[in-house]
Amino acid sequence: MSAPVSSRTAPSRLRRIEPAALGAVVFREATMFRRYWRSTTFSSVVEPTIYLLAFGFGFGSLVARVAGYDYIDFVGTGIVATAVLFGSAFPGMFGTFIKRVFQKTYDAVLATPVDTEELVAAEALWIALRSGVLGVVPMLVAIAFGLQPSWGMLLVPLIGALTGFGFAAFGIWVSGIVPSIDSFGYVISAVVTPLFLVAGTFFPIDGLPGWASTAALLNPLYHCVELVRSAVFGFSLLTDLGHVAALAVFGVVMWLLAVRRLRARLVL
Amino acid sequence: MPATPAPSTTAPPDGTASLGLSLRGVVKTFGALRAVDGLDLDVRAGTCLGLLGPNGAGKSTTMRLLTAQAVADEGTIEVLGFPVPEQSKQARAQMGVVPQQDNLDIELTVRQNLQVFARLYRLPRAGRNAAVERALEVAQLTGRADTRVDDLSGGMRRRLLIARALVHRPRLVLLDEPTVGLDPQVRQELWALVDALRSEGVTVLMSTHYIEEAERLADDVAVMSAGRVIAFGTPTALTVEHAGSRVLEVYGPPSRLLEVERVAAAAGLPTRRTGPAVAVLRAEAAPAAVTDALPDAVVRPSTLEDVFVLLTGEKVE
Ligand SMILES: Nc1ncnc2c1ncn2[C@@H]1O[C@H](COP(=O)(O)OP(=O)(O)OP(=O)(O)O)[C@@H](O)[C@H]1O
Ligand SMILES: [Mg+2]
Repeated sequence: MSAPVSSRTAPSRLRRIEPAALGAVVFREATMFRRYWRSTTFSSVVEPTIYLLAFGFGFGSLVARVAGYDYIDFVGTGIVATAVLFGSAFPGMFGTFIKRVFQKTYDAVLATPVDTEELVAAEALWIALRSGVLGVVPMLVAIAFGLQPSWGMLLVPLIGALTGFGFAAFGIWVSGIVPSIDSFGYVISAVVTPLFLVAGTFFPIDGLPGWASTAALLNPLYHCVELVRSAVFGFSLLTDLGHVAALAVFGVVMWLLAVRRLRARLVL
Repeated sequence: MPATPAPSTTAPPDGTASLGLSLRGVVKTFGALRAVDGLDLDVRAGTCLGLLGPNGAGKSTTMRLLTAQAVADEGTIEVLGFPVPEQSKQARAQMGVVPQQDNLDIELTVRQNLQVFARLYRLPRAGRNAAVERALEVAQLTGRADTRVDDLSGGMRRRLLIARALVHRPRLVLLDEPTVGLDPQVRQELWALVDALRSEGVTVLMSTHYIEEAERLADDVAVMSAGRVIAFGTPTALTVEHAGSRVLEVYGPPSRLLEVERVAAAAGLPTRRTGPAVAVLRAEAAPAAVTDALPDAVVRPSTLEDVFVLLTGEKVE
């Protein structure tokens, strides 16, 4: 099935992305979500909360302040990125794979006036919105443990959604590459786990060796962590615009990769 | 060579072509396999074309080409006047597709499935509920609207699969083996549904294994084998052309059947085997030598099935 993509795929001239097409696909997801929100929400919220409590209490008893923050403030804001990552990359990978391979949902959708670009954008958008909202939950838990509420926190779902779009598209892209659903294990161990650990969530990345802290700048999740901290504790305009730009570029690149990959899989 | 009407070279790209769809010299390969191999096919607007062919003939691949879910290596495709795949989206907006493999959302209810498709097909908000209700009636599932698809019988699922493709009142419907595996009564119901579509002027392309279905529903039949159309015409014309008007059928042991085949071959008449019998086609043209040699033969009118088996060498259900 991994034949050369060139002559066999649809002409990739720029087609308009129709909001109505995105809306229809999102409507399907939302209808489905009404059935499953309990289980989906549970797993994407509980895990980051456990990390928060484990690090907050375990590590927090050893170090009082990190990078100029109380540790609970440091990890309570950084943990948003973890929740967003789990809430976007995993549904992107598993959900998309199941819908494409087992349920043939995408075959049904592409027989209607919806193109692969729109399908991928809508799926990523829906996951992004969801993960943006879910990402706030561990932060609320942190508030219960001493993180000071601030108005900037209202921007956190937006930051989460921007980050979540890229990671959802990343997951969709990966779902079009792996030969079977079992292969996600490799991606999770080799890509997702390092990204989540080395994002400045639990410890500052400038404590790492020089090469590693430079590499961490390429981690989109790091930009999410920094943006959330800025939103909560105060922006520094130029740096934060840089973070937004990094996340936006990440989102667009992942979307393009995901579209290419899924089209090769869905259009024979 | 293909016995199809003249190509439409002047079809306006606004969906008003007199051809429902047309394929010209279409080739689709999967590696070394030529699944569609120089296919020429036209479906006139408002007619039902039955695509008959054995397993692997390329029927489903052809359907995918028409929705741009497969892209041809060679040839040109036009659907409702739109070139495909270039303007496939516009064409898809006006067509309904019933796939061979059921891809309903089994965890959603009947109504939710239809609501999703009403949106995918861009029905305006004001007309959506009415369209969903109408589709429920078409599927005869109004009473089960809030049942999860998972809990429907096979026949109900198939009716929903068809109704889902009709929710936006398409001008063209692709049906890929719509009645396979259904009991005769449900099949009758689906036939009535296709009949209703035709009387509304909807263009239908329907692939099937069931000869009876093609005879009953299709204005024209295309017999497909190894990726191309090997015979085309109305069921009656095809039957007469390839099998004549009458058939002599002889039942007997293998030795007797061999003998019958020899006699027919000597007179230049085609034959076909069906289990314990051999059928001599074009019997109306049989010389006395043949009829005299076959006193045990039963005479019956020829059927499309005779043609199908003769042309494809396949048994049929
Ligand atoms: N995605 C694919 N990759 C490789 N080969 C394929 C693919 N899809 C179809 N084929 C091959 O193309 C040929 C035509 O298949 P197709 O499904 O179009 O036949 P069909 O006429 O619909 O058969 P059936 O009556 O069994 O449904 C078959 O040999 C099939 O194995
Ligand atoms: Mg088929």
